[in-house]
Amino acid sequence: MAKLLDKQRYKCALGAMQTVQAIDRAIPILHSGPGCAQKLSDSIGSSGYFSPNIFPCTSINEKDVVFGGVKKLDTTIENALKVIDADLFVVLTGCIPEIVGDDTGEVVSRYREDGKPVVYASTAGFKGNNYKGHEQVIDAIIDQFLEKSEEKEKGLVNIWADVPYQDLFWLGNIKELEKLIAEIGLTPNTIFGYKNGIDNIRKIPKAEFNLLVSPWVSLTNVKKMERKLGIPYLHYPTLPIGAYETSKFLRTVGEFAGVDKDKVEEVINEHENYYYYLIERYADLFLETRVMAKQFSVVADAQYALGITKFLVNDLGLFPAKQFVVDDTPKQYRDKIKEEFENLNYDIKAEVSFETDGYKIHNEIREHDYHGYPLILGSYYEKEVTGELDGHYLNISWPVQDKVVLDDFYVGYTGGIRLIEDIYSVAVQRFN
Amino acid sequence: MALNLDSSNVATRENRIGSITGYIGSLSDLAEKSQCGTLKGCSRCFSQSSTCLSSCALGQLSAIRDIAIIHHGPAGCSVASAGSYYLDKVMAKKRGVTNNTVYVGTDMNENDTIFGSAEALRDIIIEVNKRYSPKAIFVTSSCATGIIGEDIDSVVDDVKAEIDVPIVAVHCEGFKSRIWATGFDISDHAVLSSIVKPPKEKRNTINFKNFYESARPEIIEMFKEFDLEPIFLYCNSTVEELSHISESLATTCICGTLGNYLGNGLEEKYGVPYIRTINPLGVAGFETWLREIGRVTGRSEKVENYIAKQREIYIPQIDAIKEKLKGLRAVLGMGPGYTFEVSRVLNELGVEVVWALAWHYDKKYENGDVPPSMKYLLENDVDFEASVADQQNYEVMNILKKYQPDLYLSRHPGSTVWAIKNGTPAVYVADEYMIFGYKHTLEFAQSILDSINNRSFEKNLARRVKLPYTDWWYQQNVDKFLEEAGK
Repeated sequence: MAKLLDKQRYKCALGAMQTVQAIDRAIPILHSGPGCAQKLSDSIGSSGYFSPNIFPCTSINEKDVVFGGVKKLDTTIENALKVIDADLFVVLTGCIPEIVGDDTGEVVSRYREDGKPVVYASTAGFKGNNYKGHEQVIDAIIDQFLEKSEEKEKGLVNIWADVPYQDLFWLGNIKELEKLIAEIGLTPNTIFGYKNGIDNIRKIPKAEFNLLVSPWVSLTNVKKMERKLGIPYLHYPTLPIGAYETSKFLRTVGEFAGVDKDKVEEVINEHENYYYYLIERYADLFLETRVMAKQFSVVADAQYALGITKFLVNDLGLFPAKQFVVDDTPKQYRDKIKEEFENLNYDIKAEVSFETDGYKIHNEIREHDYHGYPLILGSYYEKEVTGELDGHYLNISWPVQDKVVLDDFYVGYTGGIRLIEDIYSVAVQRFN
Repeated sequence: MALNLDSSNVATRENRIGSITGYIGSLSDLAEKSQCGTLKGCSRCFSQSSTCLSSCALGQLSAIRDIAIIHHGPAGCSVASAGSYYLDKVMAKKRGVTNNTVYVGTDMNENDTIFGSAEALRDIIIEVNKRYSPKAIFVTSSCATGIIGEDIDSVVDDVKAEIDVPIVAVHCEGFKSRIWATGFDISDHAVLSSIVKPPKEKRNTINFKNFYESARPEIIEMFKEFDLEPIFLYCNSTVEELSHISESLATTCICGTLGNYLGNGLEEKYGVPYIRTINPLGVAGFETWLREIGRVTGRSEKVENYIAKQREIYIPQIDAIKEKLKGLRAVLGMGPGYTFEVSRVLNELGVEVVWALAWHYDKKYENGDVPPSMKYLLENDVDFEASVADQQNYEVMNILKKYQPDLYLSRHPGSTVWAIKNGTPAVYVADEYMIFGYKHTLEFAQSILDSINNRSFEKNLARRVKLPYTDWWYQQNVDKFLEEAGK
């Protein structure tokens, strides 16, 4: 049912056009009103090979609402294939065609039968948010583009993580995850980011397993691939940030993939040596920065709320106040995620609230006693309330107005160090 | 125009003033066809995405201070709330005021499209009012609510008894019009019908419709010399301020597309004169506009004194820079409120316009006249190739490739980068005051010069990137996908 979305932190399912945008040389074709792409795009970092203002769009008008927009969709796809130099065209439906009943699937299947690289995902805005839309796009690729492969490539692992563009650090994170996986001797395959496009999509069925690094996003996708393509999956629910979680992550992946234990330990050891070389040198900063208190809250999607909470507790020894998961996590996943928040060192249990109403979140932050300057990691909306409380604020989740990220990342050993740099850069400037 | 403030619905620009989004030809042909009534807009069988009218409507309304916008629709429609939150904060901070406007969505889901969600909407309105005590509430629709026939007017009527501030339904279905500027009219209509009150007394104020009031301090200074006080609309406006705009001596606007509806509405309903000259961009524009304000408000002498003083300072400098711009060739793509105005300024500066794209074209303004910017160009024997395209980037790129101009000027986010990838220097005419008056005309000329004189960035990038369009497309005529087009 309709609900009050006060301080909105996600987009609608059609926002998955950004998922398509993150696949190299793939372009969405929108069967929607003329302005959906413009609304759903972010104004910085969107001018890549394709940008939202060149996404083909049927630009549905009043007449199409009455008579249907199938013919317009047909000419739009036909001409997009002529005008645009792309490897994959993903037709995405907005609200209108799905309410008036356009048979988009039928139009698209004709192109596919002709051997054209066109798939279709149902992403009407009312069907869910862009986290769900992201899953829809991946499902569409699995269902309409991929076949089961008997031939497997030794050590090949498909990596799936959270939602491109919605996640500020998506590009850097996926690259770092690939790097870590490669270091333990596996061959990573991802379909998002630099040079990751149609060839990587084609390689998906040959993988030995799917590695999902996300609390819940894409769980349906890896399950579908297990059923349809016979690819088993490893679900690692925590985005590994910092040494504690990243080492655990590598051990888990290594064990699942049957990688030699010594090899994994060697990689971990090398990383931890450097990591603690840095931490040791800066331990004075962590202990003696007078304006830093111990308690923090994260206001973010499940991925960052969980990943950062684990990092700050298990690596840096901070203490969790209440954490807020704002991605409208589907109910069936919430208990499992809650368990993860309660699985911290020294039996520390972080209280977590699945809440999409920013007004309530801000009131809870105001009412909590952080016993010092609160540390709030969240969206741009948290800037003002943190300011009221004289706290430290870092913009890590959408909407983002306080940070420019080209390929920075928080995942892994290096990512943990980057996050520390960001937090303490805020702290040291706090009263400058 | 026939203003009907009793209905919350505004007819689209297409239906009201014959606006079009598809045309290719020349400026003179466009004007001639508009005058004799034979202009027929074309449609496209292939198009790229453009802009939603709700972004324009709610972008305007959400800039008003301390109000609430309740956008009834799926989360994608109300996603603009994130940007508005930021803009409201920074624009208020820049001005030194506070703005507690809230813009919320209703996160409509599939069930709501089947069973409706009028009751939930009602509760949300009451809750938002309780949380924030806004000074006015705008309840707005979306494509989805429009199609399923959600009756937001009835919901609004129903809660009126419980809410003691103006509350009005705003109809923002994106499919209604391809012309996003219809959204400006929708916001003006909402303000006129719910907030503006009949005049009690005349004041020496002048309504100044703009976007982000960046030139506010200097315009206040200038108008002081004429004993006039500008009221900038709607960014940082208060509901109280807006309730009095019928008491002003005149209404003017930085962009005809933006202010047309409000200006005409205030004139028709309350007799506030609307300044219908070319816009205050460039020398001719600024002087023509100021003189008309002087005439309408009975301050001609003061205006002439001001012009004389300013000319002495700036005209020699502008003349000097013109020498350096002579011979440059430009293509530009903007909303019609700017395309034909900026074309005039470029012509004034000695830059040749080889092709001008307008994102839409209003055959006539609300009072039935051909837009003044067009008239001016024709009377001064300026003609060039022109097209009307709702930000169809593939058409722009086709034109840039064929004409290889020295410069591309554009006003909409995400458009200049494509010119740069083509290796064409681009000037982003983002701020509406970028060419305002003598001073900014000079700055504009200088920034053109600076862009032309260092082309490193675009050359570096263009050398490394591949353009996303096929060779086939570049070989086609730009009107390839226009239907019923005169080829």
